[in-house]
Amino acid sequence: MSFSNLSLEKQSYKLQPSGWLRYLSFSLDHKVIGLQYLICGFIFYLIGGALASAIRIELTSPISDFMPREVYNQVLTLHGTVMIFLWIVPVVNGAFGNYLIPFYVGARDMAFPRLNAVAFWLIPPAGLMLISSYFITGAAESGWTAYPPLSITTPAAGQIIWILSVLLLGGSSIFGGINFIATILKLRRPGLKLMQLPMYCWAMLGTSILVVLSTPVLAGTLILLSFDIIANTGFFNPALGGNVIVYQHLFWFYSHPAVYIMVLPAFGLVSEILPIHCRKPLFGYSTMVYSIMAIVVLGLVVWAHHMFTSGTPPWMRLFFTIATSFIAVPTGIKFFNWVATLWGGKISLNSAVLFSCGFIVNFVLGGITGVALAQVPFDIHVHDTYFVVAHFHYIVYGGSVFVIFSAIYHWYPKFTGRLMNENLGRIHFLLTFIGFNLCFAPQHWLGLNGMPRRVAEYDPQFAFVNQLSSAGALLMAVSTLPFLWNAIRSLFNGQIAGDNPWNGLTPEWLTSSPPPVENWIGPAPLVKEPYAYGVNKKNQNLDLNESNESTSPNQ
Amino acid sequence: MTTIAPNDKKIDEEISSEAEDHQDHRLFGLLAFLVADGMTFAGFFAAYLTFKAVNPLPSDALYELELPLPTLNTVLLLVSSATFHRAGQALRRNESKSCQNWLITTAILGLAFLASQMFEYFTLPFGLTDNLYASTFYALTGFHGLHVTLGTLMILIVWWQARSPGGRITSQNLFPLEATELYWHFVDGIWVILFIILYLL
Amino acid sequence: MGGLWIGQNVNLLPIEASANAPVYDELFRVLFSIGTILFIGILGLVIYSLIRFRRKPGQLSDGIALEGNLPLEIFWTAVPAVVVLFIGIYSYDIYDRMGGMTPLAHGDMHTHNSATTESKIWGGIGNASEKTGYESSIASLPIEVTAMQFAFLFHYPEGDIISGELHVPVGRPVSMRMESNDVIHAFWVPEFRLKQDVIPGQPTILNFTPTKPGRYPVICAELCGPYHGGMRSTVVVEDPNEYQTWFNKNAKDETLKT
Ligand code: HEA
Ligand code: HEA
Ligand code: CUA
Ligand SMILES: [Cu+2]
Repeated sequence: MSFSNLSLEKQSYKLQPSGWLRYLSFSLDHKVIGLQYLICGFIFYLIGGALASAIRIELTSPISDFMPREVYNQVLTLHGTVMIFLWIVPVVNGAFGNYLIPFYVGARDMAFPRLNAVAFWLIPPAGLMLISSYFITGAAESGWTAYPPLSITTPAAGQIIWILSVLLLGGSSIFGGINFIATILKLRRPGLKLMQLPMYCWAMLGTSILVVLSTPVLAGTLILLSFDIIANTGFFNPALGGNVIVYQHLFWFYSHPAVYIMVLPAFGLVSEILPIHCRKPLFGYSTMVYSIMAIVVLGLVVWAHHMFTSGTPPWMRLFFTIATSFIAVPTGIKFFNWVATLWGGKISLNSAVLFSCGFIVNFVLGGITGVALAQVPFDIHVHDTYFVVAHFHYIVYGGSVFVIFSAIYHWYPKFTGRLMNENLGRIHFLLTFIGFNLCFAPQHWLGLNGMPRRVAEYDPQFAFVNQLSSAGALLMAVSTLPFLWNAIRSLFNGQIAGDNPWNGLTPEWLTSSPPPVENWIGPAPLVKEPYAYGVNKKNQNLDLNESNESTSPNQ
Repeated sequence: MTTIAPNDKKIDEEISSEAEDHQDHRLFGLLAFLVADGMTFAGFFAAYLTFKAVNPLPSDALYELELPLPTLNTVLLLVSSATFHRAGQALRRNESKSCQNWLITTAILGLAFLASQMFEYFTLPFGLTDNLYASTFYALTGFHGLHVTLGTLMILIVWWQARSPGGRITSQNLFPLEATELYWHFVDGIWVILFIILYLL
Repeated sequence: MGGLWIGQNVNLLPIEASANAPVYDELFRVLFSIGTILFIGILGLVIYSLIRFRRKPGQLSDGIALEGNLPLEIFWTAVPAVVVLFIGIYSYDIYDRMGGMTPLAHGDMHTHNSATTESKIWGGIGNASEKTGYESSIASLPIEVTAMQFAFLFHYPEGDIISGELHVPVGRPVSMRMESNDVIHAFWVPEFRLKQDVIPGQPTILNFTPTKPGRYPVICAELCGPYHGGMRSTVVVEDPNEYQTWFNKNAKDETLKT
């Protein structure tokens, strides 16, 4: 490592604001950008949650009474779009990716810091535009899937704003993906092999490949859709000779991979969190890597399982049934490996671990219902019902959101130098876990018994179960309070954490907390075994750490 | 596309300070971007081919695309790829003058392509909203045309920058030229596919 | 084993009112059993590990340095693969028995040779009657379904009846040709375990054989605008005599009355 340029780089950072103001600036520091993503995403989570609360309030009674029917559709469209494009995707990719990846590859920043900042700063305006469309013109009404011809015939202004903001968010995500690929493949500290990287790097590499391959297709599709709306073309408008099914294929070609874009990074984060708190190596490192890559490949060829009732030919349905079912195999490997990581560990039962284990349990349930949905004959009954709603909330909430919370508890000391309060964390976990299951478990039954999704009014026989579900949602809303209080209060008087409160071995823990601008004072450590925990590894570990301390600058 | 901002000195230095064995990752970044861009086209192609397979037009609405003009366009673009290549070679040999000549030739070929495309648009017997094929035809060629426009602008900028003395693009700073060249070859490649799918099939 | 018991004995589904509903429920029970076993298994493992291997106060040491175990990993790759393969093949069989693989044709070729059979059909469920043990000798009842914001219209070509309610005789195969006037809708009868999108410009087919008299909801299952939630109708499954009475009362074509 050459030091010569360091002072020069420092200078450029000096021009940037310091203190909390830098979080509002066009900062090029990957850590600042990561936290910008996180905070911005969380604000949108609260907005999306408020929208979800509105949905659940409307559904406490079988008639449409809380808001007009059009507004209900707008609310549910906004809820889906905000939660996916402004909360999960930016946070599991952008926030943790930006913060952690440079550490993990031993770099001082991302490959393209400026592109990185641009990618982040596309998000707030896009999000504000999306939300404000509700107040100015009325938001889009056709669901987050925006199926034509409905999206062509509903009021155009809201739909166009929706398209524009999704295009911006997609652009942001593509820029981010390019950046991650370049950082992981090209910025690795010399001497660090791919198979020595922490698992999160692999998850982000896989995710970014999916982003780069599939997001542009969504962009193209939405451009065509906007032509249909503004320019009166007929790509997807049957009245003008168009074909609505083609839209669905193109849309799901992106949006199925998008679900892995939402969950693969979460898998990666769990793989970082569990070994540290179990004091054990990650079980089956190389199979974990291969299964990520298998998920990436399979994830690209299963999209039509969202279209089993759309009039696709039988052979196509069968192909997609088989391909989709097989995703359970690599995913299963990951789950069994995590359980094996727990097995025989010395587990600290703190909030981070609780949320990670909550994730395992919830996701398995969501995954199992997913495999059931993948079976054409099964899906023909429950497609577009609350069974599907339950399936994906088990995965996106029980999966990704649980992992985000877990990751916040885990890395908070890294971000701030202080620990979060454990008792509040446990209360948060308990409320969230109970509320979540109470909210979404009954929805399986609703779907099986005849309640379609995206309705503001429903058969009165479902009223009680819906109220149960709404009560769960209320509990989830309440559960955010201890978390918010905890996160804000700990910032000022949380227990001082020290540099490495968990005794982690991954590179981000081998520097001060919070880290300096260039990540490390001195050379980046070369961590060849990020998971070298365990009793008979102890001595080896110490050697490793020592040799890191004494790394000479020109190594 | 800020990745290829030609005077991004800071990024340059940061990168070289981190990993000596990889001097410059911007071309790699551009490559990834082109993969993404290519997927957008792939989506359009897939849509067009599906429309063609499952939504046949009634026979009275059929039309024949004239071949001469698009063939000329193909030749224009292919030649321009070659001339761009020559420009790069010249710059590497430090022959600034010849590099500029090749560059301006390439730009002129690009402009010629755009002009001929415009001419085709105005002489076609159908308009944007006439039917599914018409719409897809214009969407595909239009999207590609935008790429050519952008590429031509980039070539002109590179040409301007390569005019010594004082120009930024020299055999020491090849990146802007290489990036534009890569992009241009990509746009040509897309055209060839487009030409086959749209005009020949 | 508990999972198997739950899977076989907990009933989460509405009544079975069509020939393919029992077939569907068979699949459901299998999937539910497998799912419950897997879920309870993993839940148990996680809870057990958390309790058994939690860090006791004062403990400072690490866990065992176990980095992997190839045979074990092969084992838990192979088992899900086999399970999934089994599920796939089994659900193919179910799908076939439901009529999913039968070539699509609307109505009975002998009685029905109008333009509808010529135009391209885009998908749906074929006739399952032969495969589920119901008599296929009875000519199926052709019905044309039109969906629009926000209603279903059922047209019976045989008596030129247009109705907002679907009447079908029990035991007779029904063959519906569906098309939408505006946006995408979906025809769903939970008690039949059948759903098919109704698409503008692309007719779809749905065949089924009702088996149990009663009134069941027809639900639109695809977001189609503000009143999507209110877009419902009823299917009345009645015994052949009652159906005939209804038919006679409404048929426009006198000659068809029997
Ligand atoms: C992060 C998001 C995410 C993830 C990861 C998944 C994962 C999966 N999803 Fe899901 N899905 C969504 C988000 C997600 N989904 C969303 C948002 C929708 C609705 C979109 C809309 O219409 O609005 C949806 C809808 C959806 C449908 C369409 C339903 C319909 O509309 O009719 C289907 C059908 O096949 C499906 C299947 C699957 C499968 C098979 C998986 C698999 O990847 C799951 C694999 C995991 C496991 C199986 C668990 C662990 C494995 C083991 C323990 C091994 C042993 C297991 C077995 C042998 C079974 N999903
Ligand atoms: C991707 C992530 C994600 C997440 C995290 C969630 C979270 C939640 N979702 Fe979401 N949901 C989707 C993605 C997600 N959803 C998608 C994609 C759809 C499909 C949309 C479509 O059909 O097009 C959907 C649809 C959907 C429906 C179906 C609507 C319908 O079909 O008619 C329902 C109904 O119960 C629902 C409920 C909830 C609830 C109760 C939560 C809860 O977990 C939320 C908990 C959070 C809170 C309760 C926040 C608490 C904070 C406050 C209340 C304070 C507010 C303060 C300020 C704003 C300052 N969602
Ligand atoms: Cu028609 Cu929903
Ligand atoms: Cu999917």
